[in-house]
Amino acid sequence: MNIGFITAAADRRLLDERRGTRAMMWIMAIMLFLTALAAALGLATLAATTLLDRQLVGRLTVQIVEPSAPARTAQTAAALAALRRAPGVRNAVEVDRDRLATLLRPWLGADGADPDLPIPAMIDVDLASGSAAAVAAVSAAVTRAAPSARVDRHESWMSPVSSFMRLVTWLTAGLVALIAGATAAVVILAARASLETHRETIEVMHMLGSTDMQIARLFQRRIALDTLLGGALGTVLAVVVTAAMGARLAALGSDLLDGLSLGQRDWAVLAMLPFAFALLATVAARYAVLGALRKIL
Amino acid sequence: MANIVQFENVGLRYGTGAETLSDVSFTLSSGAFYFLTGTSGAGKTSLLKLLYLAQRPTRGGIRLFGEDAVTLPRARLPGFRRRIGVVFQDFRLVPHLSAYDNIALPLRVSGVAESDIDAPVREMLAWVGLDQRIDAKPPTLSGGEQQRVAIARAVIGRPEILVADEPTGNVDPDMAERLLHLFDSLNRLGTTVVVATHDFHLLGRIPDAHMMRLDKGRLLDPTGSLRFPPPGEAA
Repeated sequence: MNIGFITAAADRRLLDERRGTRAMMWIMAIMLFLTALAAALGLATLAATTLLDRQLVGRLTVQIVEPSAPARTAQTAAALAALRRAPGVRNAVEVDRDRLATLLRPWLGADGADPDLPIPAMIDVDLASGSAAAVAAVSAAVTRAAPSARVDRHESWMSPVSSFMRLVTWLTAGLVALIAGATAAVVILAARASLETHRETIEVMHMLGSTDMQIARLFQRRIALDTLLGGALGTVLAVVVTAAMGARLAALGSDLLDGLSLGQRDWAVLAMLPFAFALLATVAARYAVLGALRKIL
Repeated sequence: MANIVQFENVGLRYGTGAETLSDVSFTLSSGAFYFLTGTSGAGKTSLLKLLYLAQRPTRGGIRLFGEDAVTLPRARLPGFRRRIGVVFQDFRLVPHLSAYDNIALPLRVSGVAESDIDAPVREMLAWVGLDQRIDAKPPTLSGGEQQRVAIARAVIGRPEILVADEPTGNVDPDMAERLLHLFDSLNRLGTTVVVATHDFHLLGRIPDAHMMRLDKGRLLDPTGSLRFPPPGEAA
């Protein structure tokens, strides 16, 4: 009797494969489909959160809110000069008037381009560090040079979005853990039911001198195989659905939703799920079978 | 001959009921042939279960192959069981396996390489006269054929003790004699044979056999020195 994971054909025949309709495989397909979908969403929100954080940390917008155009121009120049002198500022660029008019067009229409409209001047600032101390130092330098300046951290604008994304990531991680737990429970129940189905064969094997481990390996091999096959089917379906959803998101052209995409490493994680669940099922089946056999002499 | 089995004041009780076996003491010598007789319900099957380690006694001591079988750790039971062949009245063949695979099972359990399994299995099939039914599954075999497969399975591992529980209970008289002949020939090869039966016609077929009689859970002849027919019934 082979003692490895891959058992000999003769050993595989010991458990009547016709008994039961391999329902386990289909249950595992559904489990892995749900797990892979939850994992894909979690990985996508994790990627989006990471991207958002990377884009927002150390990014500032300085607004010069001054109704008088000459004063606004003077304060903008002073603020730019102060920013370029300040340590820790990687880049400071004024947003040109045409770009501002374009941004305002959805709200003001063509009037946004009116040169007499007192639109605040804006400066995009990139800091080397996004720490609160660095931001405070730059803000102080700017407001000294330009009293009408207001400093907005992009991070504070987008932090609710980022927090929500993190929440979704944790939620999906919880879902994956829950499904993994449910899968282990299903495997344990299936293993016990299978033990009952094959009770006579097991009794005979015990009388012939089979060890508990030899019997457990027969069951865990079968359950692992069902999990692997069903899991592969469920994961492939989930990958197809995820790819289709990704294509739909990409078509929306949203900068924010564009971050919800999966990288090569994420796809690899999804591909590993059936193997991880097969391992989980193997351990759960072994635990269940050995536990049940210990009650028999 | 050395003692291979020793029972000392063994008692067995299932749950909270009365004792099924009480104060059973006997020894089995290596290489001897024993009949265990008694009426239905006398405790023959329970005694055999203790012998092939399917049950632990409630009290008393059992020594098997020179070791204490009562306190034997569970992990060591498989090694002991591989030294004991068991033939059940109801055969207990694995129904979805062929005659060949059923007979090969003890060898596979013992870790014998597949390449070393074929020859002994075919030899056993020929010995029990089933070499033409190699691929037949138990449900397609007659009672006698199934019992012969069960015997072949019990002896293929060359056990030191062969235990048979009413092996002729489900077969016709001719087949019963043939099965007994198989046990006898195995005994001549050195295996200790214990056959439980209430078929008194069989007892005289093995002249050198010892006889142990159970009545209501008690052994009437603890020495196992009786021969058939018992002295009191000779007339």
